[in-house]
Amino acid sequence: MPVSDTPVLSARGISKQFGGVEVLSDVDLDLSAGEIHALLGENGAGKSTFAKILSGVHRPTRGTLALNGNPVEVPNPIAAQNLGITLIHQEPISFPDMSVTENLVLGRHDGALLGRVPWAQMERNANELMDMLRVSIDVTKPMRGLSIADQQMVEIARALASDSRLIIMDEPTAPLTPKEVETLFSIARRLRDQGRTIIFISHRLEEVQALCDRATIFRDGHLVETANVADLSDEDIIRLMIGRPLKEMMHRSGAKIGDVALEVRELSLPGKFHDISFTVRHGEIVGLAGLVGAGRTDVARAVFGVAPAASGSIAVKGKTVEIADPSDAIELGLAFVPEDRAVAGIFGTLPVDQNITAAVPGKIAPHGFIRSAIERALAEKSVKDLRIRLAALRQPIGELSGGNQQKSILARWLHTDPDILILDEPTRGIDIGVKAEFYDMIGTLAANGRGVLLISSELPELLYLCDRILVMSEGELTADIAGDEATQESVMRAAVPTKGKHGTGGSPPEHNEVAL
Amino acid sequence: MSDTSIPKSAVQDAAPVRPRWKTILLRPEAMTFVLLILATLGASLLSPFFADIAYILESFTYYSEYAIVGLVLTLVIISGEIDLSGAAMMALSACLFGITYQAGYPISVAILVSLISGVAMGWFNAILVIRFKLPSIIVTIGTLTLFRGIAQVIAGDRSISKFPSWFVGIDYQYVLNLPIPVIVFCVVALALGVILGGTVLGRQIYQIGTSAIAAQHAGIRVNRIKTGLFIGMGVASSVAGLLTASRLASVRYDLASGAELQMVLIVMLGGTYIFGGRGSIIGTFLAAWLLVIIATGMTVANIPINAQLTVLGLLLIISIIATNIIYSRTQR
Ligand SMILES: Nc1ncnc2c1ncn2[C@@H]1O[C@H](COP(=O)(O)OP(=O)(O)OP(=O)(O)O)[C@@H](O)[C@H]1O
Ligand SMILES: [Mg+2]
Repeated sequence: MPVSDTPVLSARGISKQFGGVEVLSDVDLDLSAGEIHALLGENGAGKSTFAKILSGVHRPTRGTLALNGNPVEVPNPIAAQNLGITLIHQEPISFPDMSVTENLVLGRHDGALLGRVPWAQMERNANELMDMLRVSIDVTKPMRGLSIADQQMVEIARALASDSRLIIMDEPTAPLTPKEVETLFSIARRLRDQGRTIIFISHRLEEVQALCDRATIFRDGHLVETANVADLSDEDIIRLMIGRPLKEMMHRSGAKIGDVALEVRELSLPGKFHDISFTVRHGEIVGLAGLVGAGRTDVARAVFGVAPAASGSIAVKGKTVEIADPSDAIELGLAFVPEDRAVAGIFGTLPVDQNITAAVPGKIAPHGFIRSAIERALAEKSVKDLRIRLAALRQPIGELSGGNQQKSILARWLHTDPDILILDEPTRGIDIGVKAEFYDMIGTLAANGRGVLLISSELPELLYLCDRILVMSEGELTADIAGDEATQESVMRAAVPTKGKHGTGGSPPEHNEVAL
Repeated sequence: MSDTSIPKSAVQDAAPVRPRWKTILLRPEAMTFVLLILATLGASLLSPFFADIAYILESFTYYSEYAIVGLVLTLVIISGEIDLSGAAMMALSACLFGITYQAGYPISVAILVSLISGVAMGWFNAILVIRFKLPSIIVTIGTLTLFRGIAQVIAGDRSISKFPSWFVGIDYQYVLNLPIPVIVFCVVALALGVILGGTVLGRQIYQIGTSAIAAQHAGIRVNRIKTGLFIGMGVASSVAGLLTASRLASVRYDLASGAELQMVLIVMLGGTYIFGGRGSIIGTFLAAWLLVIIATGMTVANIPINAQLTVLGLLLIISIIATNIIYSRTQR
């Protein structure tokens, strides 16, 4: 690494306060050309805030930035883009109804205000960028229709379009499949080899080991260490991140498995999933594995009544039930933590406590009138139990870090005391310290006789937690594997689509490039 | 005064960094309150009448009908929808009332017909918005034309009058020294204020307006609540229509014509956020008085009617912008 050169970017004494609370203190960091630099830290440690300061979304309260040795101001994202700095946000912020091409040229503009827009040329440029990234995306399609991975590629293409020298990726891999992660990594390496600098934020240590050259660890807004990744073990990183060793991941001792809590029979929704049948018993944790887009979320949404199935039936505790709306499902004792917390989870501008109690109106308003003392007590308990990091319960939840928002939504559903808990990627964006505790919590829920349906793209998580793993591929159930027999290979074999008509899990996969 | 610092820091801080005064919990209703006091002071300089509470109360009765609808409209807008058909619903329900009475039915039946028509019209709006998933602004522009058109068809161009004397002149009947329309307004404001501020239903209205999708996932019966709000608009409009009929002692198809503007204006002046999720009944309550004082003040100051409309239009735009700025500054 050319350490002797002037750093591409150096930050000195960067601090940030929000409403008097300091969330970032005196951060000094130098980034070199041609490195992939990891930012690590617990939820709320200040990673996104630092990224946003570099990219002009926030302004530092104190401190200075220098680009190639020259002091610079980054007052807004457009200025950052002009300086060659692009942030790929934790929550995507593109314009869903605009086409890929339009999204690519957004905020850039060279030509007269009323001049003709050279669409044909722009489209050609967009296609060239896609070729450069070696992805096949139809640039005339609206963003809405793209998978999350492809949307990210568009964001990366946007960074390339403005020839960014510093590209910041805030938890880019959280929603991706292993294969997509591999694609992203090879693109990142290629960009590094061109001499660009990449900041990579993630909670997955194995990704940091695989991809990054150096790592910086944040704790409580302080930079505690910057070192070469090769010199850091996972244990070192965890110790630096959370200031204590991680709790042993004890394998769950099989809880007593009882009667059927949830039974789904021949559920179909044309275009989404077909002929899905399974059961979840009391005390059982059932995993639902599959590639992103296999229809797992659609099944969960159908069971919970968000988008009911066209045919088939659902039985709860042995009784066939009609679930036309989530409120029906909740009355039957179901709970559902959706995968897309920014849209389906949080009420962004409303206070944290109101978000946490949103699904238990009966508890906070015993006689119809809200008792704020009860509400606050419930919310405070969640904040303590899940270690949600916030300034005040009255704070809008949109101001919390991504992981802390996720914890708040989990808290909302734990308060409903559900019999059947459906979790869709519940640990996405949650730091490893809390993940371990969260696993404990799920284990305890099951031990107390709750049925859990856990959708996850993290195979180790499923293998660790589940009594049984169902696998979906292209809208069909392809396997039902007992927990102690499941392996990464057996699950992936059923998850990868087979050519032509869907096999039943027996035939070998044709796409063998799945990276694990 | 603290509100003078709003525009200044808004200019200084162009980037969406949350400024320090966010902690000072600045709410748009505070702005309404300050404006109300300023307007009252200004108006009493213009005319000694303004020192007279009775005069203000009397002026208020002219606006109370729109203000009552505005209270319910506040809830509709907080829930993320809008209903521009209030004035037309007032007209149609009042015409139905008049026609029923003229056809020889007792006045109680006529009142019932009017209220039922309010429910039906609100329900019709709700069906179009919810079942057919159409934007409420377009739906209610359509139905405001439709309802008033029907009123014209069934009532023609004539005035319907000759109501019994006990029904007429409700604005001159006092309870506790307050004209009945003012009492109705205050009671509705109090009831809706308690519902919005203190109950689960009120809380859920805010949640729906903040994110309807998140609300649905949290088990909130979004469609049911929105339907209820649209029906509430219809009922409030028919009550307002009856009050108007009593005050004017007659009804015509053009009753409350153009009053959509005032209704929306009252809600916006009260600091309710046009995109939903934020706002309050107290704001609308204060704004109703503010509007009365401004409008009456202009009349007292001999400002011609046409110019008054210009002023109201400007006020509407300014209040929308001000509220927008306040919310986007404090909620990013
Ligand atoms: N706009 C804001 N207003 C107030 N506080 C904020 C705002 N943005 C962030 N914070 C606070 O700053 C702290 C750091 O947040 P940040 O988003 O940087 O965390 P993070 O390290 O990215 O965490 P995660 O891993 O959960 O994404 C948090 O405590 C958060 O509540
Ligand atoms: Mg973050």
